[in-house]
Amino acid sequence: MAVTESQPGASGPAFDADEERLARRKRTEEIAKYVLPLAVFALAIWYWDRLVVWNEIPHYILPSPGLVMETLWADRAILFSALLVTLKITALALIVAVIGGVGLAVLFAQSRFAEMSFSPFAVILQVTPIVSIAPLIFIYIESRLVGLLLCAWIVAFFPVLANTTLGLKSTDHNLKDLFKIYGASRWQRLIHLQLPSALPYFMGGLKIAGGLALIGAVVAEYVAGTGGIGSGLAFRILEAGYRLNIPRMFAALLLIAGTGVIIYAATSALSWLPLHRWHESALKRE
Amino acid sequence: MAEPAELLTPDARPRILKMQEVDKSFTGNVVALRRMTMEVRQGDFISLLGPSGCGKSTALRLISGLMRPTLGRIDWDGGASSDDLGVVFQEPTLMPWATVEKNVYLPFKLRGKSFATVRDQVHEALDLVGLGGFEQRYPRELSGGMKMRVSIARAMVTNPRLILMDEPFAALDEITRQKLNDDLLALKAKINATVIFVTHSVFESVFLSDRILVMAARPGRVIREIAVPAPYPRGIEWRTSPEYARIARETSDTLQSTLAPGEAH
Repeated sequence: MAVTESQPGASGPAFDADEERLARRKRTEEIAKYVLPLAVFALAIWYWDRLVVWNEIPHYILPSPGLVMETLWADRAILFSALLVTLKITALALIVAVIGGVGLAVLFAQSRFAEMSFSPFAVILQVTPIVSIAPLIFIYIESRLVGLLLCAWIVAFFPVLANTTLGLKSTDHNLKDLFKIYGASRWQRLIHLQLPSALPYFMGGLKIAGGLALIGAVVAEYVAGTGGIGSGLAFRILEAGYRLNIPRMFAALLLIAGTGVIIYAATSALSWLPLHRWHESALKRE
Repeated sequence: MAEPAELLTPDARPRILKMQEVDKSFTGNVVALRRMTMEVRQGDFISLLGPSGCGKSTALRLISGLMRPTLGRIDWDGGASSDDLGVVFQEPTLMPWATVEKNVYLPFKLRGKSFATVRDQVHEALDLVGLGGFEQRYPRELSGGMKMRVSIARAMVTNPRLILMDEPFAALDEITRQKLNDDLLALKAKINATVIFVTHSVFESVFLSDRILVMAARPGRVIREIAVPAPYPRGIEWRTSPEYARIARETSDTLQSTLAPGEAH
């Protein structure tokens, strides 16, 4: 057996074969975590490219990845100004969702009666598919921007509300007693106890809401459908579809997917910042 | 350093609190506590000992003002305020998002004092519980025993007239528990604190307190008061003395007599 025991007087710690195997495995996993997804991604793109070349698929049915990138560059003026519009709506919707979601959650936490009265509305708003509400919204609301914003907000605010409400309610009951004994005011309890307790939950909600705000903005734009100046990515996809400009559809799709990934990464980083010092979710096990 | 309590007649020490014929019932006719009478004087270390359901935690909640008595009265000499209390729960009950020093600072913070004005007091309290140098750590970096020390530091940092402890060491291992018992007594002597200590351990109550109120369940009530006249400081000599064994035996027998025949383990 290759088991080494630590000898008295031996310099440095001795590891047995099991420990070494574990350490090796951990190192391999650390590398594989980055290499594997990149390799699979590269392979998929290569296969896509080959598929197009081998089968001689015309570009108005399936463009090659190279052509998509070319189109992205060639149409950059149209596509990036459209991206900017979509981004603006997404960001605004997310901000309003955070303000509205957290505000409503705080109200719910302060008053059980407020929660009883209003939470059914929030649920109904959430479970009704946005595509079916959106046409009505665009009938009643003149401003296209406000209409889009409202659609994206409806989709994005619920996870913020639901998670923050849960977090505000999850405060340690002993800590609540302690605050009471020390004569803390309602305001002090909210600021120093309930909001910090709710922070990890809120951050979880924010991560979901970020992606949903983008989805809401894109879906609403599909429904709104009017074109011209100031149109977002969704409209550009529709338009390119009508014109059978498939490479541009792909290029726009690529931008939306990329934006989604960036939003997710940004909200993840944002939640790591305040939590990594103390919360289980952001800590590594030793 | 205060004079040893046993040199004074009990009445000479200022009274802090008096519970008189206190009843607490909950809806559904559950009597949690019946006719509890107790006097707490400066420097007392009183244990409330009993099986679960005997109302010992209810008694603490009544004293802390989290509940009001159904009948009877609780009078504080000189009037009660949140300055008069420190509390230690069974769990350390620390805020995970705050550093050790900010956790201990909490009672001051809720009273609107800035950290700068009480920093010395906070650090002194941490030194007293043996956690000097851990001020900037977060609770999750500490062991269970250390977290409990932070909790104790927070309870005493304001120099309260009375410290309530609700089975504070019940969740700790035996070795940590003994160490904390020793340290608690040293601490109590140093700051001449007054403590009401809830426990279900006979040995802990005999080791720590100068008075044990043995309680029984259904309805929760005090059935006997046992004095533990051994002088402080107490250490290993006390834990191994015949007198300690005798009082532990007596306390244990009293406790057993409160249990219904089917309940005796």
